Amino acid sequence: MTAAAATRAVDAALERELADVVVAEAALLDAGRYDEWLALFADDGRYWVPLFGAAQADPVAQQSLACEDKLLLALRVARLQNPRAHSQHPPSRCQHVLQRPVVEATGDAGHRLRTPFLYVEARGDHELMLSGTCRHHLVRIDGAWKIREKRVDLLQPGRPLPALQLFI
Amino acid sequence: MRPSELVEDDRVHRDVYLSEQVFALERERFFANTWSFLGHASQVPNAGDFVTEEIAGRPLVMVRQPDRSIRVLYNRCAHKGTQLVTDASGNVGNYFRCPYHAWTYKLDGAPMGVPLKAGYDGTRLAACESGRGMAPVRHLGVHRDFVFVKLGDGGLGFAEYFGEALRSIDNLVDRSPLGKLEVAGGVLRNVIRCNWKMYLENINDTVHPMSTHQSAIDAATALWKGRGADEPKPMAMEQILPFGSGYDFYDRMGGRVQPNGHSVLGTNFSIHSGYAQPPGYAEALRDAHGPQRAAEVLERSPQNAILFPSLAVKGSPQSIRVVRPLAADRTLVEAWSLRVVGGPELLFERTMAYNRLVFSPMSVVAHDDVHLFESIQRGLAADGNEWVSLHRGFDRAELEGGGARDVNGTNELLMRNQFRAWARFMEAGA
Repeated sequence: MTAAAATRAVDAALERELADVVVAEAALLDAGRYDEWLALFADDGRYWVPLFGAAQADPVAQQSLACEDKLLLALRVARLQNPRAHSQHPPSRCQHVLQRPVVEATGDAGHRLRTPFLYVEARGDHELMLSGTCRHHLVRIDGAWKIREKRVDLLQPGRPLPALQLFI
Repeated sequence: MRPSELVEDDRVHRDVYLSEQVFALERERFFANTWSFLGHASQVPNAGDFVTEEIAGRPLVMVRQPDRSIRVLYNRCAHKGTQLVTDASGNVGNYFRCPYHAWTYKLDGAPMGVPLKAGYDGTRLAACESGRGMAPVRHLGVHRDFVFVKLGDGGLGFAEYFGEALRSIDNLVDRSPLGKLEVAGGVLRNVIRCNWKMYLENINDTVHPMSTHQSAIDAATALWKGRGADEPKPMAMEQILPFGSGYDFYDRMGGRVQPNGHSVLGTNFSIHSGYAQPPGYAEALRDAHGPQRAAEVLERSPQNAILFPSLAVKGSPQSIRVVRPLAADRTLVEAWSLRVVGGPELLFERTMAYNRLVFSPMSVVAHDDVHLFESIQRGLAADGNEWVSLHRGFDRAELEGGGARDVNGTNELLMRNQFRAWARFMEAGA
């Protein structure tokens, strides 16, 4: 085996490992295992759904559907688990359908993956489908993969939307 | 039932929310007789700039004129009805040109040209509506860059209709040392399966937060437990924790009802009163407006002021909500952020954060509101009671006079006042 081929083999293995993190993350959401999901985020992690989708550069000067640090994510999870979360009677459920995650950039600051998706959120007799591309920034902390940022670029985030209660 | 029979002194009939006939009549009469918020002058800074909007099912375009004035036109070609512009905003250049048959119009809607002009010789075109260009919305009111329209000739003139309620816009605009605001950052849009009046009513409802928002308040309280009272709170905590302030707090905040359905909630204080002032900001406002006006503005941060029937205004944060009825059981609610020109950037960050936290389709606070509005829209179909109670604090004396009136913050006069105006403007040519 040549040196170059060995590097590619390592990269392919790494790429699969990273893609597995993205797939597992969506599976935790679909299963409603929010505490485990929250634990995937680095302490300085961020969950971001920009209002202008992929065109948006700025989380401060431009609005977002959600732009949350770990404290706000914990708030969202704690609320969902509260029996007095009226809007969860009946509960919402979700399904992520992912295309193969692709590593877009890699380096000492971590790895960036791009994953086109369909997202369905259902509750009672309503079902809503959204599409877009997720962008994960994954970093290695204490031997585990952590999410520094999960950015969700919806195809049409600025349109009038009904309540989106779970995590895309 | 006539609209006036649906509104009694202390209760309203469910048909005000449920009836398709009532909704059709609202489109025909109510929005012809009342002034709706359309947009803000900062959205169209240059000649030819436009934004499109729809009010009561009518497609409108607000466009900046060469003389700097603003006009609002019906967005349809005089020929066949094509919308002249279909983007949400943009610039048309020096004139409108229909993409279908190239009829052209000046920026004020006046007709410019049609192809094959000779074909109209000897026809009635010039004498018809189709020969007069794009129809203007004739009743246009602009107060400190806030643009309102009235679609019909009935009702009251702009100044008389809003009266004292325009001071709520002044409180917002005078937050700027330059007296100038800009719409910025993008608009959050929600579609809710409930009647628009239910949403507007809830803006004046101070008794729901403790029970409706209990899950969000509990979660925030638990996360913040054990921290010192003086510990600086993250902005989200500063904004969410006051929701759970209790019945007494909301009662004492006070309210004021004004003629024609308008109101101010939180005349004494509100959940927004505790936000820390950015360094140097109070001084800048004193320099710009004088100490008296600066104090008036900064010491008054109402929970919500309503410019009935389409606009809810906060002073701090600089957030407005625009309510657009889509159907008897469907309402568009938009949250706009305003930048205080010449003010600290922190104010804008606070406004954006508040809108995101409380008015986004992903808001943990709004989810329970939306669920309950949609639940009411269904629940009202029940037999056994066709009425919605608005009895709290009713006093026969409130029926006299008709002027503005101060009330305690939990008095449902804040809602009765909306419905009394609604019934009046539902009458033909009110």
